[in-house]
Amino acid sequence: MRAILQLQGVTRQFGGLMALNDISFDLQPGEIVGLIGPNGAGKTTLVNLVTAVYGLTKGKIIFDGQRIDGWKPHEISRIGIARTFQIVQPFPKMTVLENVAAGALFAAGAKSIEAAKERALEHLQFVGLADFADAPASALTLADRKRLELAKSLAMNPKLLLLDEVNAGLNNVEIKPALDLIRRLVERGITILLIEHLMKVVLAVCSRVIVLHHGQMICEGTPSEVVRDPQVIEAYLGLRFARRGQRKSGHE
Amino acid sequence: MKRILLVLAVLGILFIPMVGNNYIIRLTTIMMLYCVLALSWNFIGGLAGYPSFATAAFFGLGAYTGAVSQGQGMPMYLAWILGALVAAGFATGLGLAILRLRGHYFAIASLVVADVLREIVNSTTKLTGGGMGFNLPILRLGVDAQARLFYYLMFVLAMLTIMTAAYVNRHRLGFGLRCIKQNENAANMIGIHTTIYKTAAFTLSAVFVGWAGAFYASWVNYIEPGDVFDVLFSVKPIVMVLLGRAGTISGPIIGAIAFLFLEEMVWRNILTFHAGVLGLIVVALIFYLPDGLLALDFRRLLGWRRSP
Repeated sequence: MRAILQLQGVTRQFGGLMALNDISFDLQPGEIVGLIGPNGAGKTTLVNLVTAVYGLTKGKIIFDGQRIDGWKPHEISRIGIARTFQIVQPFPKMTVLENVAAGALFAAGAKSIEAAKERALEHLQFVGLADFADAPASALTLADRKRLELAKSLAMNPKLLLLDEVNAGLNNVEIKPALDLIRRLVERGITILLIEHLMKVVLAVCSRVIVLHHGQMICEGTPSEVVRDPQVIEAYLGLRFARRGQRKSGHE
Repeated sequence: MKRILLVLAVLGILFIPMVGNNYIIRLTTIMMLYCVLALSWNFIGGLAGYPSFATAAFFGLGAYTGAVSQGQGMPMYLAWILGALVAAGFATGLGLAILRLRGHYFAIASLVVADVLREIVNSTTKLTGGGMGFNLPILRLGVDAQARLFYYLMFVLAMLTIMTAAYVNRHRLGFGLRCIKQNENAANMIGIHTTIYKTAAFTLSAVFVGWAGAFYASWVNYIEPGDVFDVLFSVKPIVMVLLGRAGTISGPIIGAIAFLFLEEMVWRNILTFHAGVLGLIVVALIFYLPDGLLALDFRRLLGWRRSP
């Protein structure tokens, strides 16, 4: 099967800072892959590179057989790549429905504003926000704003969805419906790259995990492999815990 | 109810030249000119949220294009169209250059454009008459007939501007511009080609203004750089839109009418210090009514409805 997204030697430097160094991986269609790493590892930068917020210093990005590095953000959004923002970015004075309709109109090519609003309502129902369709986006709670962000991205009719910490700031009660939502997205056949801090979420939904640390890709594998990898433990908890973890697994 | 009022207003305006004296006709022509300026600024300032101070540049450019091309022997009607087209083309080029600036930076960049054009006109004495001004060919019409001609022409232009604004407001372009105003990065991310949208808004903010400038030149028969490139042509539309309500259709119109009313009242009663008093009134209105006159609940003010 042809990979839907391929990164080949992707590198980005900000002045003297190597934000991402020689990152290469593939995403297969329908896969849900976790992207984890400590703060400052370069996770959001990676999303920003794929969505053309920044250009690459070196390397290639291939989406669906097409090279897309060097494209403009609005072009990226129209070929089926959507993202959510870690810090939600609604159009605050528009209604929830209009926010979602904007995605359907400009990225997914709805014929008219009315048609876009019809489609938007379906997406609002999908994420469970239909009751708030006519409320201004600024009136939503954080959890609902994250769902709005998701509905907006879905309205763009994506093949690939980059979810940048859609669960950050949610409490334990709010996490479960959010998880169900992600699973239902996968059922629709959308490929997902999930940036996530909560290991619980990563272990529950991801088939594969990629770990970044200081701009390097230090590990790639199934969730259970990754959490046992000494380099990953070291990145998160320090060297001492990595050694202790190794001793323990030696005893078993 | 709203429709009936609208039709009555339009009929009333069409009726004025038959009954009104030349003062009323002149005042209403200026009112319609103000509507054109305010609605035009609303495309870039109200919808896209880019505080443009380039209106005077477009107005002066339209006026001088119309005037000079008539001086070269072009028929008046074609010269007006040319004024509109040159202003629009100029705005497109200018927009591509300066619309990448945001906020105050864009405002400053757009502010100096009128001054640059004024200096250019001042120094191309052979073509434009420079600081001496430019005399247009005299129309072979009586004073009354001329006043009525430009009244109706300005009416047509105002209607054209209103219809364009209403169309844009309801369609893709207006929607996209509102997205850009609220969050330009997010707008870009959901597939809006922001450069093209902003440039379209800037061009729309110029085409009718250039046209009005060309009308104005023919109307007053004599223009000079300091008159048509006056910075007040940039400032007044902004005040009008803020006075009414930005981003709407009726807001700029109501703002334009209210502004003209204030200007005329103050000018008549406080001749020596009218600009100062007008400024104070405008500051007070914007301070106490930041969302514009349209945000007022008139029915409640008039006691027709109890406050909720």
